Formats: sequence, structure tokens, C-alpha cells
Amino acid sequence: MSKNNTVFIGENKKFWDRNRRSGGYLLKKRSAQIAISIIRGLLLFGLCFMIIQPILTRFSIGFMQEQDLYDSTVVLLPRHVTLENYKIVADLTDLPRSMLNTLWVALVISVCQIVSTTLVAYGFARYEFPLKKFWFGCVIALIIIPPQTIQSALYMNFANFDILRIFTLFGVNAEGLTFGQRLMSVVDGTGTGLITLLTGKALNLRANITAYVIMGLTCMGLKNGLYIYMMRQYFKGIPTSLEEAAYVDGCGTLHTFVRIMLPDALPTIASCFLFSFVWQWTDIFYTRLFLPATSISIYSNQMSTMVSRMARYFSADATNAVVVPNGRQQQLISIAVLICSIPLVILYIFTQRTFTESLAMSGSKE
Amino acid sequence: MSRKPKPVTMQARRARTGYLFILPFIIGFVLFMLKPMIQSLTMSFNRVQLIPGQGFSQTWVGIDNYRHAFLVDPNFNQDLTGEISRMAINTIATLVLSFVIAVILNQDFRGRTLARAIFFLPVILSSGILPGIEKQNEFYDMMAGVAASVGDASGVNISASLQNLLSTSGVASGLFDVIFQMIDAIYDIVMASGIQIIVFLTGLQAISPSLYEAADVEGCTAWESFWKITFPMVSPLLLVNCIYTIVDFFMKNDNKVMELISEVMYQDFNFGVASAMSWVYFGVALVFILISSFIISRAVKSAQ
Repeated sequence: MSKNNTVFIGENKKFWDRNRRSGGYLLKKRSAQIAISIIRGLLLFGLCFMIIQPILTRFSIGFMQEQDLYDSTVVLLPRHVTLENYKIVADLTDLPRSMLNTLWVALVISVCQIVSTTLVAYGFARYEFPLKKFWFGCVIALIIIPPQTIQSALYMNFANFDILRIFTLFGVNAEGLTFGQRLMSVVDGTGTGLITLLTGKALNLRANITAYVIMGLTCMGLKNGLYIYMMRQYFKGIPTSLEEAAYVDGCGTLHTFVRIMLPDALPTIASCFLFSFVWQWTDIFYTRLFLPATSISIYSNQMSTMVSRMARYFSADATNAVVVPNGRQQQLISIAVLICSIPLVILYIFTQRTFTESLAMSGSKE
Repeated sequence: MSRKPKPVTMQARRARTGYLFILPFIIGFVLFMLKPMIQSLTMSFNRVQLIPGQGFSQTWVGIDNYRHAFLVDPNFNQDLTGEISRMAINTIATLVLSFVIAVILNQDFRGRTLARAIFFLPVILSSGILPGIEKQNEFYDMMAGVAASVGDASGVNISASLQNLLSTSGVASGLFDVIFQMIDAIYDIVMASGIQIIVFLTGLQAISPSLYEAADVEGCTAWESFWKITFPMVSPLLLVNCIYTIVDFFMKNDNKVMELISEVMYQDFNFGVASAMSWVYFGVALVFILISSFIISRAVKSAQ
């Protein structure tokens, strides 16, 4: 103890000694550091608390029995603890199945999206070709056009999927149409297409994953313009000397891309993949459009419709229908939200480490 | 009958490879973006009537739908201007806040991994289905009852009373109102800045530490190296984040104009007016994005 003390005093002495010799500079610097770390700590703590508090509230409300919800003396901690609610939510959202479906659908779709957007981003970053500015303008347009504007048109397109809808112009299925109307049918996409011409009717690509995959592979999925933009930015930052060296050594285009550029861009690709996966996981817009609840059980779909199924669920043992009170509904939805976000948080905690490590590696390589 | 292959220049070959790389995008854009857009644009100039079982019919009405949106609909103008001013404030606040947080999270301190994980939560919690599904405030008000006045709302109360104090003492001005608006919206702003933080953070991590070492050796203070190294290196991302924030704000489900549009679409089945409204809305967003990207790219150029 006394030994420690002497060491401390010794260090202290040294500090004041050094401070005097530096003309007060050391003290100023040290106190500024301490002040900054205190401010930083307060700011981070406050903001983190603000983010976490609703989650914790949800978590604790999830364990409450229904009577606790209406008891104004119960604020944060449940008085009657129960696990029943989780079972109810699991039943309402078709749990193991819907989660597994969501997992593989989100995985397949985000892999498709990332493969195609990486290729496109590389093309934009490294190659010069005619109309490049125009096509890149289209990427920006893709970022800023809300998909809601084209929702109904997309629905029509995939419910009656066809390609090359130009045959009405040449007189197929065009009895009694003027030339102007025929021309219009090409523009607004109601004309007869190649698939109808060959098989007799258009394909319905809703209700299975095909439409989704097509959109993913052609960079038209959720926020794909953003991924293209981010990865292009990153590819542009990589020095060209690496590729030139590879070309000189006789490496082909694709080989150079896969062996030289991809490993370098891995952190950015990983973060884009993470975004894509998360947004796919919680997405309701495209899921509702392409995978209606009748075809495949997806968690976000189940969540959005769970309220309407509650009355039937709770009245299963009684004969007459039950009105589920608003508070109870919200409690169950809160649990569903919690269940939805837990896998994503776990995923992030793991990937965050990997992609900071790969960043550090790419830094040390140069 | 052997034909000699035409000599292809390096440039032409690279152009072809480039097109091959971006081919998926071109196909997708033309088929699943351009075509539906043309369809929705034609809808906005037509009266669209649904025919059960057969799709819909269109009759040309010129700019009537637009006139309806601006002159007849009682809410459209008001919602539009309200949302635009809210967006301007929120965008600036989001950019500043996410940049500050990213800089902090890039520093070395204990519990950094945990803090990063927590700041990623808004990305999850404000995506897709999650933000709209809970009527949080109603629920917690009802839930907490007494506690609401003590716990949850205390922040709002403090800012409100402070605002009251300032305005009665004659200090308050338009600027104060804006600042208090930001403080009251801080939860929304933090929830909206998840992606922006991560984008800034990746940018910050890509800066080689040797730059800072060199600056330190040359006698640069932390403040100077922040403005001379950190800011110029990350500033290109400012544009991305700004555009992203604006777009994100415009597309949120809790946006009043979006609500109005979907109401017109799914309750009144007035597809023509709904398309006209979304085109006006999109046009406004576009103007905003153009203006802000012009300003930011000028600022970035002068910073570098």
C-alpha cells in the first residue's frame, strides 16, 4: 500500500515537475483531454440511453401479464412475470417457419443484389464508355425516385410478366385498334409480348421468389442505387497501379476484378451486404408486392397482419369473438418487433468486428 | 472463306467491357424503372378508372389532376410546405449530428464496440415495417400514466420551459425556434441518422493513420488536423449522406404527404390525382437535391 502510494506521489511529482518545465503546457493538455473524454462520455451515454430505453421498455413490457398493463402502479418492471406472451406471438406470427423463410429469402436476395451492384459499380468506376454520364445519372435517379410512385405499374408488370411487348404494333391481338392506340400499347406496356406470343398467356411471377430475384439481379431492389454509388466511390479510391500491374502480368479483366479489386473492397461490400440484408429482413413494401402472404410465410408480412388475426386467436377456445384491447395489441406487437430485431443485432455485432478487422488489414497492406 | 477480324482499339474494347459490367443495371433500369415511370406519368395526365377484373382504362384529361392537387385538395399545399420546412431542418441536424457521432465513434475509448453496436440499432429499428407498426406514444402514455410526466416527457418539458423563459425575456427569435424544434425532434433525428453515421465512419476509417502522424510531427494541433485532414477526406461523403437523408425523409411512411397520397390512392381510388401528387412531390424533392448538392459540392471543392 505504502509502496503504491510512494509510486503515485513520485509520478505526481514528476508530472508537476514536467508541467513546470513545459511552462504549463502539459497541465493544459491533460485537462483538455479529461474534459473532452467527460463530454464525450456524457454525450454518448445520453444518446445511447435514448436509443436503448424504448427497447428496454418493450422488453420488460413483454413479460407483463395483461393485468399489469392496466395497473398504473406498474411502470417499468412487471409485477406478474410471464412467458406466455412470447408463446402467443410465436403462434400469431408462425414463428419458426416464417423466420427461416425470411432468413433464406433475405440471404438469396441480398446476395443477388450485392453481386450485381458490385459489378455495375466497378464498371462505372473503372471504364470509359459512351453515354457513361447518362447512365450514371440514371443511377442517381434510381436513388431518388421513391419506389411508391411506380408501385402499381410494377404490380401489373409482374402479375402479367412478359418481355418485348411490341407485337400489338404489328397486329397481334389488335382487332379494332387504331395505329395510335397500338403505338400507345407499346409505351404504356399493355401490348402483347413475346411470351404471350409463344405460350398463349403471360406469366404470373408474383407468389414466388422469381420476380424478387430478377429485380435483385438487375440492381432494382431496395435502395440498390445507393450501393452502386457507395461502391463506385470506393473503387474509384483504389489506385489504378494495382490493376495495371496485374494486366501487365497477363491477368484478364475478370480475374483482375476478382483477385485484386474484390479483396480490397471487401469492407465496403460487407457493409453494403449488411444494409441489404437488414432492409430485406424488415422490408414490407416489396415483400407485399412480390410474396403475398398466401404464397410463403414471411415474418414482416406476418407481423403486419398479426393484429387482424388476434381476435380469432384469442377466441379459439371460447365460442364468441373476443375484442382484443388496444394496449394488449400493442404489447404483442412490441414483442414481435423485439423478436424481429434481435437476430439483426446479433448479426451486426459479429460482422462489425470482421469488417473493422478487414479494414485494418487493407490499411497495413500498403 | 476466312474473314479477318476487324482490328479493335483498346479504347473500344474497354468500352465494351464497361458496358458488359453495367449491363444488369441497364436492363433493370429500362424494364423496371423507366417503363413503370412512363406508365405512372401517363396516369397523372389521365383519369384512371378501375374496371374490375380487367385492369383499368384511361381517358386523357390534360393537367386537370395537377390542378385538382393544388387548387381543390384542401390538405396538399399545406402538407407539402410543412414537410419541406421540416425536412430542411432535419437534414441539417442529421448531417451535423451523424458527423459528430462518427468522429467520436472513430476515437479510441473503452466500450467503443458497444457504442457502435448501439448506434447501429436505429438502422434496424427505423427500417421497413418497424417504425409504423407501433403507435408508440399512445401506448406509452396509456401505459405509464403518471410516470409520463416524470420520466418520458421530462426532456420536452425542460426545452419547453426554457423556450418559454427565453421568449418572455425577449431573447427568442426565429433561430431559437429552429433550435428548439431540433431539440424536440432529437429522437427522430437520431433514429434517422443510423446509415449516415456508418457511412461517415467507413470514410473516417479509410483515412490512413500515417497522415495524422505526419501532421502531429509537423506540430499540427488536433483541431487543425481535423479541418485539414479529416474534414476534406470525408467531405465527399457529405454529399452522399445529404442526398440519402433527403430521400429517406421524403420516403418515410410517417410523412404527411406520403400518407395523403396513399389515402387518395387506396381510399378514393383516384390513381390519376395520386400519381400527379407523387410527381409534384418528386419534383420538389429533385429541386431540393439539386440545390443542396450544388451547394455542398461547391463547399467541398473549396475545402479541398
